[in-house]
Amino acid sequence: MDARGGARPHVLSPGGDYGVMTMMQPFDLAVRTHGATVLRVCRAVLGPGPDADDAWQETFLAALRSWPDLDTVTNLEAWLVRVAGRKAIDVLRARGRHPVPVEELPDTAVPPTSEFDGHAALWTAVAALPERQRLAIAYHYLGGLRHTETAELIGSTPEAVRRAAADGLKSLRGSYDGQARQGDEEMRTTS
Amino acid sequence: MTTPSRMDPGGVPVFSVSEAELAGLAGKLAHRAEDECLLEVAYRIVDSPVGRLLLAATERGLVRVAFEQEGFDGVLSGLAGRLGPRILHAPWKLDQAAAELDEYFAGRRRQFGVPLDFVLSHGFRLSVQQRLPDIGYGRTMSYRQVAELLDRPGAVRAVGTACATNPLPVIVPCHRVLRSDGSLGGYLGGLEAKATLLALEDRAVAA
Repeated sequence: MDARGGARPHVLSPGGDYGVMTMMQPFDLAVRTHGATVLRVCRAVLGPGPDADDAWQETFLAALRSWPDLDTVTNLEAWLVRVAGRKAIDVLRARGRHPVPVEELPDTAVPPTSEFDGHAALWTAVAALPERQRLAIAYHYLGGLRHTETAELIGSTPEAVRRAAADGLKSLRGSYDGQARQGDEEMRTTS
Repeated sequence: MTTPSRMDPGGVPVFSVSEAELAGLAGKLAHRAEDECLLEVAYRIVDSPVGRLLLAATERGLVRVAFEQEGFDGVLSGLAGRLGPRILHAPWKLDQAAAELDEYFAGRRRQFGVPLDFVLSHGFRLSVQQRLPDIGYGRTMSYRQVAELLDRPGAVRAVGTACATNPLPVIVPCHRVLRSDGSLGGYLGGLEAKATLLALEDRAVAA
C-alpha cells in the first residue's frame, strides 16, 4: 500500500476553474491548478532548468506566506504570473542582461525522458528569442496577462509588447517548424 | 502524461510540462514550507482494501482519515476552513500512519500507535470517539452498549452521530459499533467497507 505503488494516482488532479479563490481554499489546490502555467512562464523567461525551478519555488512560497491575505485577489493566476515574472526578471538582471546561450541550457536539470526530448526543441527556440519577445510571450501567451499588465511588468508600452509578442510568435513558428516539424506532430498527438 | 497549456496561440505548438516535473516541484515546495513552519496540514493518499484513503495530519498528529466517496477535494476544503488553508501534499509527514494502516490491512496490527489529533471533535462526540478503541480488535458493540459504557444509556442516537462524524475512521474503530439486532447500521465509507473491515478482523482473530 505504498503511496506510489498502486495503479491509481496518489495525487489529486488539477482543479477545475478555480481562478477565483477565497482564503479558505487549500493551498494545495492552487499549486495543482496553476503550477503548470507558472512553470511555463518561468521556463519561457529563463529556459528550462534550475533557474526556472527556483523562480517557481519562490513564487509559490511567496503565495504561501501571504495566502490568508490573498482572499481579496480576484484573479489568482494573474497574481502568480506577475510574481513569477518579477522573480524571473530578477534572475535575468542578475545574469547581467546576457542572453542565455542556447548550448548552455542545463538539460540535465530535467530527467532526459523522451517526453521532455520532444519539447526540448520548443523551449530551445523560445530561449533563443530576444528578451523582449521572450517576456511578452511568457506573460501574455503563457501567463494570460494583458499586454498592458505585461508592459507594466517589464517597463514597456502595451504597443511595444504587442509588437514583440507578434514578432516572437512569428519567429517561433519559423524556427520551430524548421527544427522540429516531426516533434510537433508527436506532441500534438500525445498532448 | 502532460498538461496542455491553456492557450495555443495560432500555429505555435502546445507548451507542455509533465506531471512528474510538477510533482517534483510541489514536493520540494512542501519541504520548504515545513522548514519555514508554513505547513498547517499535510496530506497523503494511500491504497487500501476499502478503496483509496486520504490521510491528513497537523503538527500534533493524524487529524483525518477520509474515504474516497466523501470526495477528497471537499474534505481538503473542509480542513482548510477548520484548521487553516496552508495544506500541502507532504506524504512523508504521514509515513507512520500509512505503515500502521498497511500492517492493519495485512492482519498484522491490532492497535494503532500513531499520535492522534482530535481537534475536529468536541463534547460528547469526542468522549465517544476516544472510548471506541476500548472495543477490542475483532469484537463489536451495539450503539446502546456504547451509550451504557459512557454512563449515558439514553444517548443511543448521540452515539450513532458520534460514530457517523468520526474524523478518524478505521484508526478509531467506529466500524465495531453495530445495531442491537446485529445489523451493520451506517458507515461513512459505505456498508461494504464496514463489512470488509469486520471480516478482516474476524479472519485475523480466527487465524
